[in-house]
Amino acid sequence: MSRAAAQAARRVAERAIEEGLVDVSYATVDSPFGNLLAASTDQGLVRLAFPEESVDTVLERLAARLSPRIMEAPTAPQPLLRELDEYFAGRRHEFELELDWSLIGPFGRKVLTVTSEIPYGGVLSYSEVAAEAGSPRGSRAAGNALGSNPIPIVIPCHRVLRTGGSLGGYGGGLDRKRFLLELEGALTPRLGAGR
Amino acid sequence: MSDSLPPFQLFLDSERDVVWRFLVASVGRSEADDCFQETFISALRAYPRLRVDSNLRAWVLTIAHRKALDAHRGRARRALPVAEPAAVEHATIEPHEHDGELWDAVGELPERQRSAVMLRFMADLPHREIAAAIGCSEDAARRSLHEGLAKLRKAVLA
Repeated sequence: MSRAAAQAARRVAERAIEEGLVDVSYATVDSPFGNLLAASTDQGLVRLAFPEESVDTVLERLAARLSPRIMEAPTAPQPLLRELDEYFAGRRHEFELELDWSLIGPFGRKVLTVTSEIPYGGVLSYSEVAAEAGSPRGSRAAGNALGSNPIPIVIPCHRVLRTGGSLGGYGGGLDRKRFLLELEGALTPRLGAGR
Repeated sequence: MSDSLPPFQLFLDSERDVVWRFLVASVGRSEADDCFQETFISALRAYPRLRVDSNLRAWVLTIAHRKALDAHRGRARRALPVAEPAAVEHATIEPHEHDGELWDAVGELPERQRSAVMLRFMADLPHREIAAAIGCSEDAARRSLHEGLAKLRKAVLA
């Protein structure tokens, strides 16, 4: 009985998405870090969450910030799947998929815009990012904005390091930051943080 | 949580089994799926306008109740023959899926009594919320519940 109900519920989700009744749809995406949760709106990808983040909490915050009309899609959008695959295979240096910046506040927008322009393989320091975002003394504020990046990996906040080259922080954990920087060739494998 | 509605998917996941059982009992297995779709699609359309402190289960069962009535009306219009009430051997009041005969007995109840019985025993709603769901006074809901239960008791003990 509950299997029939589960199937009926999946059909509801598919139909609701088809009919445009859903404001935020989400699906999991396989990655070297495990299953990421990807949430999208009409505008594009709005949230990418690491596996250890509670799905319910991520969805509840999206409901509060954007809309409660959130449903699970059968799969993530094709451009996202393709571009992430290519990126993790080292074959893609720039993401072209559409992003929805609506979870990002005005200062975060400046900081993450600067961040999204750091080229593959490059890095900037927190203070450089803060200066370019128009807040030369605000490297801590810039760090906070980077830490609350709702679309990590795609908006490459992992490319921002401490002055002097130590890794600083990362919402997904420093191992992942190191992994991404090594993948991009910005960091020599095994030398780690203190090069 | 308290200052916004839950994400619709989580609401659907937590209420789907109750709504499904309610609809299978109300309209039968073959029409339950359509009613289920209609119920949750209607719910999704109205969802953003819902008050944050609403009783979501009572709300969605109200919608399911209405969809079941629509299905009954549609069936009446098509003038399908109604089966004779079957003899019921089980003496339990909470039907399981394999208790086809008891489902039939539930299905034979007048609409309001059937909804009252199911909302009480499947959705565990108090009289006040049963009344809200089927659109009547609390006293009327209480009466419908008791009359419905009396008929079922009579049917299963007959």
